[in-house]
Amino acid sequence: MITNNFFGRKRPEPTRPVPPGQYLEDGFPVLSAGPTPKVDTATWDFSIEIGGAEIGTWSWDQLNALPQTDIHTDIHCVTKWSKQDTDWRGVTIDALLEDAGVEPPTGFVMAGCDGGYTTNVPAADVLDGKALLAHTYDNEPLAPEHGGPVRLFIPHLYLWKSAKWIRSLTFMDQDVPGFWERYGYHMYGDPWREQRYSND
Amino acid sequence: MNIDPVREWQIATVTSVNDESPRVKLFKLDLANETKFRAGQYFDIRLTAPDGYQAQRSYSVTSSPEDSNSIELAIELIADGEVSAYFHEIVKPDDQIELRGPIGGHFTLSPNFTKPVLLVAGGSGIAPIISMLRHRRSSTRIAPTVLMFSVRTEADALFAQELEDMAQENPNLHIIIALTRSESETPDSKQRETRRIDRSMIDSAITKLAEQPARAYVCGGTDFVESIGNHLLDIGLAYHDIRTERFGP
Repeated sequence: MITNNFFGRKRPEPTRPVPPGQYLEDGFPVLSAGPTPKVDTATWDFSIEIGGAEIGTWSWDQLNALPQTDIHTDIHCVTKWSKQDTDWRGVTIDALLEDAGVEPPTGFVMAGCDGGYTTNVPAADVLDGKALLAHTYDNEPLAPEHGGPVRLFIPHLYLWKSAKWIRSLTFMDQDVPGFWERYGYHMYGDPWREQRYSND
Repeated sequence: MNIDPVREWQIATVTSVNDESPRVKLFKLDLANETKFRAGQYFDIRLTAPDGYQAQRSYSVTSSPEDSNSIELAIELIADGEVSAYFHEIVKPDDQIELRGPIGGHFTLSPNFTKPVLLVAGGSGIAPIISMLRHRRSSTRIAPTVLMFSVRTEADALFAQELEDMAQENPNLHIIIALTRSESETPDSKQRETRRIDRSMIDSAITKLAEQPARAYVCGGTDFVESIGNHLLDIGLAYHDIRTERFGP
């Protein structure tokens, strides 16, 4: 439906296209279902479980000792804002699996977080350098309200998949809905196909 | 938990436009399809220009879910806001607007939840919370409830008269309105706090509940929600009992 008398704002041309229904945001909005949990890197750890067995646990120091990867990319939030040219640093899931001496799993993965948040994605979407455990944004330690000390970062999907305050990845055979997915958000969440909600 | 269906896009018809404050207008929309929602949920609005350009934004419903044929939205005029400016400057009764919903589901409160509740709103963050209170107003069982509402000036206190009427008729509902601009003028008849919501104001608000709130809902700008969320964690509310919604860059 063409909206009566709506012509859109004269907008600066983005350096790259933004996904459908998104607008460019200069700030960095915060969307979280709860308060920002207090996370202490002295006691923080991160674990990976595959097929019901824990295959590795990493402390903050151990995470930082692994090979670090930089990603320069655009990010897209399902609440309609996108932000271009953001810089992230962290550890790929591939590096963690290699550290544990484990072959890349197939199937699906559930992210678990401080505060109880969860989100699900296909395993392939966190492998081959597509995802980080990110601890640095714009050359600064990731701020708590943005998921620091460490968040999952999967920039090719809507940002609710990039779970804040990440503590675990659980690989599994079946796809199971996480926190927002149970409220009707899309199981996959590709911004370019505008997969915001379950029936998109 | 079941997966909530999200409805298809539908065309709604604007039935009224009213100024609620200098920066917020209320829009009543008749829905083409009966649409059940829960108090606290929101709808996506989609505007489409003749060249195909589309702008989408989410707005919380302010009306009670008892009416599933129409909704009310409170839209604040945002500096440089594309969709809010369209609503404030162009939209008039009988206009048609494309929308879909309801969306969300975590930041919702049922009248059947009868344990003590703390509601904290900053500015237009009152929108989903007034829907909750309107829904509860019609319920026979009303839990002990405190609303803390932070606004810049008296004129920015959306729904103030209605909130005070609710508190008048229901001894279980306490309302605290905090004005953050000290120079703001308030009629002598109104009791207002005149500072930002801080730890001591929350402590004294909670005493009106007689016990620790079983759940807290906090909606407002990012800094506001971060601050209140930290206070509530410090007070000892469990993380899972604090539900938040943030807006703004």
